[in-house]
Amino acid sequence: MSTAFPQAAKVALGMPQLRSNLAHATGTIRAKRAKVAGELDDWEQLRSAAAAIKADVQRRMPELAVAFERNATEAGATVHWARDAAEANAIAARITREAGADEVVKVKSMATQEIELNEHFEAEGLAAWETDLAELIVQLAEDKPSHILVPAIHYNRTEIRDIFRNRMADAPKGLTDDPAALAEAARLHLRRRFLSAKVAVSGANFAVAETGSLVVVESEGNGRMCLTMPETLISVVGVEKLLPRFADLEVFMQLLPRSSTGERMNPYTSVWTGRAAGDGPKDVHIILLDNGRTEVLADEVGRQALSCIRCSACLNVCPVYERTGGHAYGHVYPGPIGAILAPQLEPGRHDDLPYASSLCGACYEVCPVKINIPEVLVHLRQQGPHQAGEKAAMGAAEAVMARPRLWRAALGAARFFSRPWRGRGFVRRLPWPGSKWTMSRDMPVPPKESFRDWWKERER
Amino acid sequence: MSAREEILARMRRALDGAGPAPEAPREYRRALDADTDVVELLIDRLVDYKAYVHHGIESIAGALGEAKRVIVPADLPAEWRVGDAAFIEDEDLSTAELDTADAVLTGCAAAVAVSGTIMLDAGAAQGRRAITLVPDHHVVVVRHDQIVGHLAEALPRLDQTSPQTWISGPSATSDIELQRVEGVHGPRRLDVVILPD
Amino acid sequence: MSRIGLFITCVNDALYPQTPKAVVAVLERLGYEVDFPRAQTCCGQMHANSGYRGDATRLAESFERVFGSYDAVVTPSGSCAAMARDQYPGLIGSDIGERVYELSEFLLDRAGVDDVGARFPHTVTYHPTCHGTRALGLGDKPLRLLRAVDGIELVELPEADQCCGFGGTFALKNADVSSAMLEDKCRNAAGTGAEYLAAADNSCLTHIGGGISRSGGPKPIHYAEILASTA
Repeated sequence: MSTAFPQAAKVALGMPQLRSNLAHATGTIRAKRAKVAGELDDWEQLRSAAAAIKADVQRRMPELAVAFERNATEAGATVHWARDAAEANAIAARITREAGADEVVKVKSMATQEIELNEHFEAEGLAAWETDLAELIVQLAEDKPSHILVPAIHYNRTEIRDIFRNRMADAPKGLTDDPAALAEAARLHLRRRFLSAKVAVSGANFAVAETGSLVVVESEGNGRMCLTMPETLISVVGVEKLLPRFADLEVFMQLLPRSSTGERMNPYTSVWTGRAAGDGPKDVHIILLDNGRTEVLADEVGRQALSCIRCSACLNVCPVYERTGGHAYGHVYPGPIGAILAPQLEPGRHDDLPYASSLCGACYEVCPVKINIPEVLVHLRQQGPHQAGEKAAMGAAEAVMARPRLWRAALGAARFFSRPWRGRGFVRRLPWPGSKWTMSRDMPVPPKESFRDWWKERER
Repeated sequence: MSAREEILARMRRALDGAGPAPEAPREYRRALDADTDVVELLIDRLVDYKAYVHHGIESIAGALGEAKRVIVPADLPAEWRVGDAAFIEDEDLSTAELDTADAVLTGCAAAVAVSGTIMLDAGAAQGRRAITLVPDHHVVVVRHDQIVGHLAEALPRLDQTSPQTWISGPSATSDIELQRVEGVHGPRRLDVVILPD
Repeated sequence: MSRIGLFITCVNDALYPQTPKAVVAVLERLGYEVDFPRAQTCCGQMHANSGYRGDATRLAESFERVFGSYDAVVTPSGSCAAMARDQYPGLIGSDIGERVYELSEFLLDRAGVDDVGARFPHTVTYHPTCHGTRALGLGDKPLRLLRAVDGIELVELPEADQCCGFGGTFALKNADVSSAMLEDKCRNAAGTGAEYLAAADNSCLTHIGGGISRSGGPKPIHYAEILASTA
């Protein structure tokens, strides 16, 4: 049983700047989300529809994937299938080389983060340039994203200015930490690259089976640049991104922007279907990615994690994420959704993540597609391995609790042996594992007279 | 076995015995309340995004401001070409030519009031995607009959398989401390000219 | 009149006799007859939520045996009521959870009472515990009962909807994160200046109270004890 999360969390908790950056950012976005979600009087009906549409996608995945492939192909796209990360990366690298390029510009994409496309390209002597502002910050800092929507959420403006000053060769002189100035610096830095790139790599927020269309939702225009200007476009799309019908966007395009950035609508949404004569890339590729998703699909309870639209609302409301940040989770998908997705995508490697939650349920409450994250967390805990000592203790507790007389005897013994502390009313230090409790909390002492004694007395 | 066959086989195996999902409940709104003034609402939302709003054909010149070289799609109505700017029709202009233009003037396919969204689908008076992207200033003309209240009313008006761009305000980012900043890679200025029927 | 079974919960059985006593007092004041089946132990939540499905199943079966014949089961714990309602169908295929009521649900939804005739002349801040509020959907039910108490002064708890960091074995497995959450909850509670911090779950109150015992702040109290008070 891995203890990576508790240890990494402890390190993160000891970083006051990180905690303050996260508390500020998640607090801001929580308030925005609550406001714009509250504007819609049919929010709950939208959530129910979205959950049901995604459940339908899961049940009909083979049929919808084939329909998507057929329609995208008819529209001029080339559809590839990748069983795993290595296969997807190899396909993307081959297409890039065949296009006569040694570098690509990238739209922010969780799927390409998941398959570590940038690292693979680098190993093959190709360069992949992130163009989303937050991804650019993370790439310049040679860091890893810590949030699904805002990968650089762990940095504040001053830290970002310092990254630009130290790592961006063409950073303007006298760059301040004003967010507008930092955005301007990114614009200048990337503009030539956009206008000259031959190949772009994107993900997709939605893949419409009925039409073979892909949808990318973004804010800055870097997505439009990548999707429009290069000759060749490669989109890496998880098979769970399917939607049956174009009209389903009427549900998801209300839920996604309001849940993610807390806006009524994001500045730019691009929808494209294969190739369009005289408009955008001439060579359009789509890589349909499995990489563990069909394993998740096989779990009746766990498969709802495939409904995720990567809005990150669950991260922003999670009291654990808010205090540890994303890196502690040790996976590209952090926070509550990561705690149910990572252990399912990579079985056996993240078995401590389902415990990285107090099961407070704030995630389920905001999830726009109604993934019952606490339910899946408990389900995964029940599937996973347990420490021998804990298992024995739990078994012993059950053996006592399942036998009322033993239970009453145990309570009586607890009252008896805790007598020395009764006057004080609490215990300040317990031996291990109770010490985990008393490291920051006192433990109350059992009472002299139990409810049972009182009840018995009263009945006489 | 090919990757395609293997992935499809894995899916079928995973779903063995799963049965169909229940029909999705679609009890959400598909329109705003009938008495909503959608034009007023659209304007409110556009201003909220820090877009500039103008009224009538004559205001196009003002919306273009100081722009001297203005890209237009070849099928842009002649009566919209108002003012002293040079209107350059896009006949496969190079990226460099687009980059040196001061502005672009187009129409749109539909506009959604409740979210302040203007939708382009490469149809009449809209041109290809690059022309509304590279110039730093986009002036878009929206006719009253193109404005609907709700997203669900707008989608049927789009050519589903043509390249689409849905625009809600100028380019923006919230990547630094979740504070919204207008103006990154897309046009930093968005002017919307509203034409009565 | 229907038969009411009182489920006191294992935590109260071990540590807090005053809470189930208060439930008995409130229900009897309203004219209900309460039965306490002695064979009751634990709902199985700790086992279920820690991943021990087999153990949890046996405890759920035992709960069903003990309480199966009652028309209504009343418990002073949103968390345990949620366990029966949300997890028993999947664990043991039982809908007994439909008849398990957290005290405020019983009082407001079944008894139709919001003023239970209590008097409690103190300042109180209220923490909505996560399972009660979210899993069970209590909303502001306990608060509605508290608002009707004579003499009470309710003070709002800042960031009330934030989890206190208890989460059962979470407090041990992720003790550092749990402690960080607790620290914020205790600071917010102390900042209210209230005399008491009320909640619908003594497990959460054990956690918050254990922190306040060191850092100072309002005295933890189950809201049932406020409803029972006529002082």
